[in-house]
Amino acid sequence: MSETFDFIEVKVPAKPEYVGVVRLSTSGIANRMGFAYDDIEDLKVAISEAITNAVKHAYNETGEGEITIGFGVYENRIEVMVADHGGSFDLKKVKEDIGPYQEEDSVEDLREGGFGLFLIDALMDKVEINNKYGVIVLMTKYLHENEVGLNGDQISTTQ
Amino acid sequence: MNLTIDVEHNGAEKIVSLSGEIDAYTAPKLKETLLPLTQESEATVIVDLQQITYMDSTGLGVFISALKSTKEYNNTLKLVNLQDRVYRLFKITGLTEIIAIETDSTVRGGM
Repeated sequence: MSETFDFIEVKVPAKPEYVGVVRLSTSGIANRMGFAYDDIEDLKVAISEAITNAVKHAYNETGEGEITIGFGVYENRIEVMVADHGGSFDLKKVKEDIGPYQEEDSVEDLREGGFGLFLIDALMDKVEINNKYGVIVLMTKYLHENEVGLNGDQISTTQ
Repeated sequence: MNLTIDVEHNGAEKIVSLSGEIDAYTAPKLKETLLPLTQESEATVIVDLQQITYMDSTGLGVFISALKSTKEYNNTLKLVNLQDRVYRLFKITGLTEIIAIETDSTVRGGM
């Protein structure tokens, strides 16, 4: 059985001033789906992080370009894809660099931009990164309330 | 959504009141205002985040640079009145261990 879903695509210039615009779209879509307040806030941070990375990436290359954001709206989850079309980056190195602050780290060693991917990973249920053609971040968050709702909605026909 | 920054000089105490959102667009402006304050002599920089409704890692980055800078100049940095959502980001990333943070007990207690 194939799963049906709605798809929403947003394209913005790769500039910091548009991160907030996509954040508002995200909030609207997640709210319509029935996500809880805290989950919507998590989504807003995770998606902003992915777009911020894409903007920085675009600036390093040419200073222009655009970012494509795709929202897959499913019955039980939202899938968000953030893609830039710049060159690829060293994914292995990026993965090694992510993590929370550890007590043995000195303040001087803290990277000012080091928490973006870590937060995406912490706030979403599933994260995949593909960097074959540009960089694509695919993030999934489940609508937990809905699972409960589906079971609760079953109407008993026995009298 | 934008970020409003108000700075009040109260002797050695520099009180920075923020209102709005801290993200990739507004973080550079915050850094520009905050860093020079951390470099003044014998300064205690107090950042009030009560009116911050959204923040992400770009904000964490600014406060990390501010902390480095205060340490370099032997000054003090303190963040006060954080909303739950904003405090959570410092908690998840482990930064509550190294940055002095006072949460808004009235707001947090009321939840």
